Amino acid sequence: MTGMKWILVGIIAVCNTAGDVLNTAGMKRQGELEDFRPRSIARMVLGILRNPFVLLGIGALAVSFFALLSLLSIANVSFAVPATAVSYVLETFLAKHVLGEDVGKRRWAAATLVACGVFLLQW
Amino acid sequence: MKPESSLHKRRNQILILVVVLSNVIGNVALGHGMHQTGAIVSASPLDYVRAFARPWTVIGVAVLAGWMISNLALLSRADLSFVLPVTASGYVLIALAGHFWLGERISAVRWMAVAAIALGVILAEETPSRTTNGGREPALQGENFSHERDPAEVHPELDS
Repeated sequence: MTGMKWILVGIIAVCNTAGDVLNTAGMKRQGELEDFRPRSIARMVLGILRNPFVLLGIGALAVSFFALLSLLSIANVSFAVPATAVSYVLETFLAKHVLGEDVGKRRWAAATLVACGVFLLQW
Repeated sequence: MKPESSLHKRRNQILILVVVLSNVIGNVALGHGMHQTGAIVSASPLDYVRAFARPWTVIGVAVLAGWMISNLALLSRADLSFVLPVTASGYVLIALAGHFWLGERISAVRWMAVAAIALGVILAEETPSRTTNGGREPALQGENFSHERDPAEVHPELDS
């Protein structure tokens, strides 16, 4: 059962990261939600249904979600923690190098602090 | 990029609040529902359907669907490397709610963890929320979407 747990941790980390990066790329292409009027929100949701990046991203997050449910049903919450913590740093790296975001010292420090905090939370 | 307008920033803050609250509430409701179900490591969709048939699970999934929409809306307006640390404030919220509402004992190490996350949130909050243009990042140019890259069509959606 330990092998199964680690496979699930891997699936969670990879799919979570892929999902967030794809969703960000897709939503930036689609354009900003400029205000919170129901019409604007409806237009955004309709746009998402025709946005292959975001559909793929939501699919990846769904896989990660079901893997997490499976993991939580056979392991302690603390077992899922390393995957979550690592994905903060991994996603920040990809945000810089794949999405072209300007990740300066402050953001690196922020991502690292959050990752360390999430890791320590289980104690 | 032009400096961020205060209206843009305020709307981002509203979205951050919605994202964080829906994530916390959705996960608590879902956790409550899942607790009533046994172990499911299964390829059979029926096992998941059975797990979803509980009211708390249904509420949790509905709120998490709202989280998904609000998170996508936030990602349309702000960088991923901004959204990630900022929305981690949910962890701080959970710890504070657990301590002050439910009277949970929180160890010194956990308080340090909460402080580290809070510091990360504050650091990220102080950076400009968006550093990319309308999705024309060089690293992703070239594949399927080249037909949509008409600069005249793209320009109006740039932040003002």
